[in-house]
Amino acid sequence: MQYRVLVVDDSKLARMVMASAFRRIRADWELIEATNATDALEAISTQAVDITLVDFNMPGTDGLELVGLIRKTHPKMPVAVVSANVQTEIISRARELNAVFIAKPLTDEALAGFLSGAALRLKNEVK
Amino acid sequence: MTIDVSALSEIEQDVIAEIANMGVSRAANGLRQMVGHEVLLSVPAVNVVTREAAARLVERGGSSKLVAVQQSFEGPFSGRALLIFPAAQSLELVRSIVGDEHSLEDIIDLEHEALAETGNVILNACLATIANVLRQTMRMSLPTVVRGDGDKLFGVQSDPAEGNLVLFLYIDFTVKNREIRGFIALLLDLPAVAALKVIVRDFVAGIEQQAEGHVG
Repeated sequence: MQYRVLVVDDSKLARMVMASAFRRIRADWELIEATNATDALEAISTQAVDITLVDFNMPGTDGLELVGLIRKTHPKMPVAVVSANVQTEIISRARELNAVFIAKPLTDEALAGFLSGAALRLKNEVK
Repeated sequence: MTIDVSALSEIEQDVIAEIANMGVSRAANGLRQMVGHEVLLSVPAVNVVTREAAARLVERGGSSKLVAVQQSFEGPFSGRALLIFPAAQSLELVRSIVGDEHSLEDIIDLEHEALAETGNVILNACLATIANVLRQTMRMSLPTVVRGDGDKLFGVQSDPAEGNLVLFLYIDFTVKNREIRGFIALLLDLPAVAALKVIVRDFVAGIEQQAEGHVG
């Protein structure tokens, strides 16, 4: 099963690192990118996004605020917050929003774990 | 060397900001554990500016009386990392680390040592993350505490041989529920910027190669 994944990060480097990891782990999945919350919400409402990965520290609306907005329309979508900000408050706010927390620098193992879990959840929802 | 160091390309600026952001975010967790409150961070700003302009930026909060913990680092590129607070907040920071039960005299006694140790934890976490991401080794000096205005912190009017333009990267932070705010800043002189540009270019090429290598 192939899925469409939205990556939201204001940093081009971070999006490149993510795309590079996807080509190793899930080369057949479709990746779309957004650089801010507005573009991310637009993509989610128009492009049938299955999974979203969101950076935390972005100008304007931050990643956790964005996940809060996504949850209003997509309460079950697999979402991960990706950040080097490993403070307990950030991780627990991500969990409260039913999002997985992935630490930066990104590793293939951490991303692969999230994507496997997400794929299982999406498969079970279809059944 | 023909690299233009007076300007950073968009991707160079992006890579440096993102890697520094990782470093500072990791460092914020160290500070969070020390003060017991969440540390809020701004998005990083990266610019090549004069030392004077860097000095004005850190005084922008309205206070020119600053206290900073600084550590020099050396490696493929060298520079200085600084943790900067308005001087008036230095005791509040120390109090939030050692606990409210201590007397003002104790806090004043502890101030210098506590600042140096805090700076050491935070700046090391920041630079170690940056070094690890770039797969470089960096040596750090011991922390020193410096008091004065922005000009003193950034060596304005010091040895002109040091050059006036620097790469200045800073992130504001605020400790939630406490009257504590400050900056984490990295300062690189121009030869270091030239070296950093080469490392950044190789780093980006490495990301692209990793992905292609696996497919092929």
